[in-house]
Amino acid sequence: MIIGKVVGTVVSTIKHPAFNGRKLLLVRPLHLPGEKPEDDFIAVDAAQAGIGDTVLVCQEGNSTRQVIGVPNAPVRSSIIGIIDSISLQSPI
Amino acid sequence: MILGRVVGNVVATIKDEQLVGEKLLLVQLMNRKREPVGRPQAAIDVVDAGQGDFVFLVRAREAALATYPVVGPVDLAIVGIVETADALENIELELPLGESFFI
Repeated sequence: MIIGKVVGTVVSTIKHPAFNGRKLLLVRPLHLPGEKPEDDFIAVDAAQAGIGDTVLVCQEGNSTRQVIGVPNAPVRSSIIGIIDSISLQSPI
Repeated sequence: MILGRVVGNVVATIKDEQLVGEKLLLVQLMNRKREPVGRPQAAIDVVDAGQGDFVFLVRAREAALATYPVVGPVDLAIVGIVETADALENIELELPLGESFFI
């Protein structure tokens, strides 16, 4: 699972039926001091997250299908939690 | 899942049996600022996207599930046409040492 920030929303009308009624959010991964920021990706929201929230994201298809309860959905990333705090001791 | 734009068409006569009847499009993957990322790639299309459409795609094995119950040799599928994708800029993404609270 990775830790990221919700930076935006994606609106789509014509989509695969597995996405009907699901919120799609743009997520950017957090990075360590001195590292380059990574590109953003789209995740299905399963934790009622909103823009600006720091979130826990699962980037694995099987878990995501289980979380959204749609077997055989073509999905990969899902937001599975909203993070309250992180304690970073020392970056490697 | 990622954003992209349809930049062309792909025609293949001889292909895997499970791909027969599927539409293949050439897609340029993009970041949220709509800047291209990497090279254009071929993707199967299940939402009837067209040239120039801003789309979202799913990668890897999950892409093959877009055509379920036919699960062919596919690793990139267009699964939606994007109307808007708004994103905030200047969000602090660096995780500082020590305790960070987000609430």
